[in-house]
Amino acid sequence: MDRFLFLTFDGLSTGAVYAAFALALVLIWRAARLVNFAQGAMAVATAYVGYAVVSATGSYWLGLGAAVLAGLALGALVERVLMRFVGHANPLNDVIVALGLVLLIQAVLGIVFGNEYRPAAAPFDTDALSLGGIAAMSPYDLWVLGAVLAVVVLLGLLFTRTPIGLRMRSSAFAPEVSRLLGVNVGRMLTVGWALAAAVGALAGMLVVPTGLGLHPHAMDLVFVVAFTAAVVGGLDSPAGAVVGGLLVGLILSYVTGYLGPDTTPLAILVLLLAVLLVRPGGLFSSVRARHV
Amino acid sequence: MTATQPPEVSTVAPRPATPSPLRRWWPGPPGAAGPRGSTLLRHLILAVLAGTAVVLVTNQLAPYQNLQVARVCAFLCVTAGYTVLVGLNGQLSLGHGALMATGAYTVALVQQGFEERAVQGRWILPLSLLLAAAVTAVAGLVIGLAAARLRGPYLAGVTLAVATLVPALTTIFTDLFNGEQGLRFPTETPPAFLGAYFQPERWLAWVALLAALLTMLLMANLVRSRFGRSLRAVRDDEVAARLAGIHVARNQVLAFVVSAACAGLGGGVYAVLTATVAPGKFSLDLSLFLLMAIVIGGLGSLAGAVWGAVLLVALQDLPSLITETFTLPSGLAQRLEGNLALAVFGLILIVVMLVAPGGLQGAARTLTARLRPSRRTARR
Amino acid sequence: MSALLEVEALSSGYGPVPVLREVTLDVPAGTIAAVLGANGAGKTTLLRTLSGLLRPTGGRVRYDGADLRGVPVERLVRRGLAHVPEGRGIVAELTVEENLRLGGLWRRDRADARRAQDEVYQLFEPLARRRRHAGHQLSGGERQMLALGRALIARPKLLLLDEPSLGLAPRVAAQIMALLRRLCDNDGLTVLLVEQNVRSALSVADQGVVMSLGRVVMATPAAQLRDDATLRHAYLGF
Repeated sequence: MDRFLFLTFDGLSTGAVYAAFALALVLIWRAARLVNFAQGAMAVATAYVGYAVVSATGSYWLGLGAAVLAGLALGALVERVLMRFVGHANPLNDVIVALGLVLLIQAVLGIVFGNEYRPAAAPFDTDALSLGGIAAMSPYDLWVLGAVLAVVVLLGLLFTRTPIGLRMRSSAFAPEVSRLLGVNVGRMLTVGWALAAAVGALAGMLVVPTGLGLHPHAMDLVFVVAFTAAVVGGLDSPAGAVVGGLLVGLILSYVTGYLGPDTTPLAILVLLLAVLLVRPGGLFSSVRARHV
Repeated sequence: MTATQPPEVSTVAPRPATPSPLRRWWPGPPGAAGPRGSTLLRHLILAVLAGTAVVLVTNQLAPYQNLQVARVCAFLCVTAGYTVLVGLNGQLSLGHGALMATGAYTVALVQQGFEERAVQGRWILPLSLLLAAAVTAVAGLVIGLAAARLRGPYLAGVTLAVATLVPALTTIFTDLFNGEQGLRFPTETPPAFLGAYFQPERWLAWVALLAALLTMLLMANLVRSRFGRSLRAVRDDEVAARLAGIHVARNQVLAFVVSAACAGLGGGVYAVLTATVAPGKFSLDLSLFLLMAIVIGGLGSLAGAVWGAVLLVALQDLPSLITETFTLPSGLAQRLEGNLALAVFGLILIVVMLVAPGGLQGAARTLTARLRPSRRTARR
Repeated sequence: MSALLEVEALSSGYGPVPVLREVTLDVPAGTIAAVLGANGAGKTTLLRTLSGLLRPTGGRVRYDGADLRGVPVERLVRRGLAHVPEGRGIVAELTVEENLRLGGLWRRDRADARRAQDEVYQLFEPLARRRRHAGHQLSGGERQMLALGRALIARPKLLLLDEPSLGLAPRVAAQIMALLRRLCDNDGLTVLLVEQNVRSALSVADQGVVMSLGRVVMATPAAQLRDDATLRHAYLGF
C-alpha cells in the first residue's frame, strides 16, 4: 500500500511534466493542425540554453527564465523560417520537415556540447518527504506540480480573457474570417508556435533533473509519452492534454514500479494503440462537427 | 564505389517505354500475356545487366569499398520497400528501423541456432534471410493492421513508439537477445569453388547485391501492377478508391506487409555484413536516416530509393573525410564524428522538402523533360 | 465627386481558371449597389477579389481615392472596408460576445468599440439574449445578424455583403434589407450587396449590376430594373 501511494505521487509529478509537454503539442495542433514532432528536440535545445545560464550565473531561476525565452524565440523562428514554407500538397510534409529538424537540432547540440550526459541540478530537494511514515512527494515534485498548474491557469486566462487569446482562437478556427476582421493570422501562428515552444521549454527544464540529465536525446522517449498523453486527451483539447498527461504519468508510474522500467516503452505503445483504436478522438473528445 | 552508381541507376529508372508508355503498363486483355509479361521481362533483363555490371565492378574494388557496396545494397532492400509504402501508399512509418532490427535479430538467432547444433551448409544463409523477411512480414502485418485505421501524424506517432521499443525489448528478453551487448554469429565466408584467396568482402557484396536486385525486381513489377495502381489510388483519395472497388484497409495492410518484408530482408543482410546485431544500431535515428534516403531520392520513386541508399552510405563517411582532411582539435573532431552526418541528413530532409519535394529523381525527371520537350514525361 | 469604390477592368480567378473578366463598376458613397446574376456568374468572386482574399490577375480597384493593390486583407478593415462572407462568416466556436469583440479588436478607440457593441445588441435584440451562446448554437437568422453586427462594429464606410438573406425567413430578410437602407440614409454607409433574392435586393438598392459568366452585362438604376418588366425579363429571367 505504501508503495502504491508512493507510485501515485510519483506518477502525478511526472504526469504534470507530460501534461505540460502535451499542452505544447495541443497548442500547435490547434493553431496549425500539425503535430510538432520536433517538440522534444526543441525542448532539449532550450534546456541546454537554460542550464548554460544556470552554470554561468549560478541561479536556477535565471536559467529557467532564459530557457523559456529561448523557447519563445526558437518557436517563432521555426515557424517563420521553416514551417511557413512547407508545401501542403502532401499532409506528411510537415511531419517530415519536423523530423529533419529533430536530426539537425540533436546533431548541433552534440557538436556544440558533446554527447555525454550532463548533470542538471534541481532547485529543490528531490528526496521524498514522508507524511506519517509514508514517502510522498519531494519538494521538487511539489514545485513541478505547482509550476505546471500555474502554466495551465495562465494559458487559460490568456486564451479566454485577453485580446490576443481571442485573436489566436479565432485564427485557428476560422482563418479567413479572422483576416477579414483585421486579425493578422500569420502573426498569430507565429505567436502560437512561440507560446507552445516556451511551454515545451518549461517542461524540458522540469523533466531534465528527474532523469539521467541533459543529453541531445534526453526527450526522445518523453516526446513519445507526451504524444500519447495528448492523444489520450484528444489533440484538440488543452484540458484533455492536462488530464491525459496526469493519467499517462500515473499509468507509467505503476507499470514501471511493479513491472520494471524496461517495460515502459511497451506500455506506452499499448496505451497509445488502445486509445487510438478504441477512441481515436481521445477520451474527452466532444463529438461536435464544425458548423460552417 | 562511385563507379557502381551509373549502371545501378540505369537498371531501375522507370524509363518511358519507347512506342507507347501507357499501353505497356496497363494490363492487357485477359489471356494475353503480352504487356504484363514484357514488363517483367524488361525488368529482368535490366536487373541481370545491372547485376553483371556491379559484379564486374566489385572485382576491381578493395575490401572496404566492397563492404560499402554491400551496405548500399542492404539499405536498398529497405528503401525500395519503404518508398513504396510512404510515397505510393501515403503511410508514414517511422518504425522501419525497428523492422530492420526484427530481420537482423531473426538472422542472428537462426544462424546461432544452427551453429549450436553444429549444422553447416550453404543453404543456411538463404534460409535465414528468407525467415528474416517472413518474420518481419508478420511484424509488419501486426503494425499494418493497426496502421490501416490510423492516419497521418497518428500513424507516425505510433510507429515512433515502435521505434523506441527496440532497446527495451532486447533488455526485457535479455536471455534471448542479450540486452545491450547484442548477438554474434558465424561470419559468412565465400564458397570453396571461388578459390581459397577470394576476397570475403566481395562475396558479401554479391550476396547483398542479389538480395537488392531481387527486391528491386519485385518492387518494380509491383509498382506497375494492378496492386501498385490501387496503392496510389488509396493515397490520393481513399473515398474515391473505395468507390472504385478497392478494399482500402486490406490494401494498406498489404502495403505494410510487403514493405516490412523488404525491411526485414535488408536488416538481415545488414546483420550478415558484420555478423553481429546490437540494439544501438537500430535506434530511432536509423528510421530517420531511412526517411531521409527516400525523401532525397523522391518519395515513391524506386530510382530515388537507389539514390537514397547510395547517399545514406556515402554521407556516413563524410565526417571521417572531413576530420582527415582538416586538422581539427581532437575534442571537436570527436564530436563531429558522431554528429556531422546527422546534421547533414537533417538539413537535407528540410531543404529537399522545402525546395524540391520531388527529390533528386523528381529534379532529374524535370530536367530530362526539359531536354526532350517534344515528349511529355507522364507523371507517376 | 467620384465614387467611393471604382472597379476598373478587374479580372481574377482560381488558379488558371478565370472567373472575373474585366469587371468595371462604380459605387458612389452612401448608396447600395446590388450585384445580381445566376449561380456561377462571379458575384462572390468579385467580393473576394475586392477584399483581397483573391489576388486579381488584372485591372485595378480604387477605394476612397487610393489603389488597393498590395494592401493585405487584414489592413482593409482599418480603412473602413468590411466584408461579410458568404455562408454567415461567424466563428462558430466562439460565443456571440466574443465574435462581436473580435470585430472591434483592431480599433484603438476601445470606448467606441464598446459603444458600437452595445448598439449592435440594441439593433439585434436576439443577440443580446444569447451573448454567452456559441456561434454554432444560433439560428440562421441570428448568425446573419451576428455577422452583420460584427461588421458594423468596425464602423465601416463600405460594406461588402455576400448573400445576407440566404436561408432566412422572408420577414427577417426584409428587416435586414430595411436596416441596410436606413444605415445608408442616416450614416452614409455604402453597400455592395450580392444577392440571389433579386426582388428583395432591388427593393432597397440604388443601382443594379447584373453579372453573367464573369462579366458585367448591365449596370443601371435599380428602379429601372424594378419597374421595366422587359428589361428584368431579358437579364434576370423573371
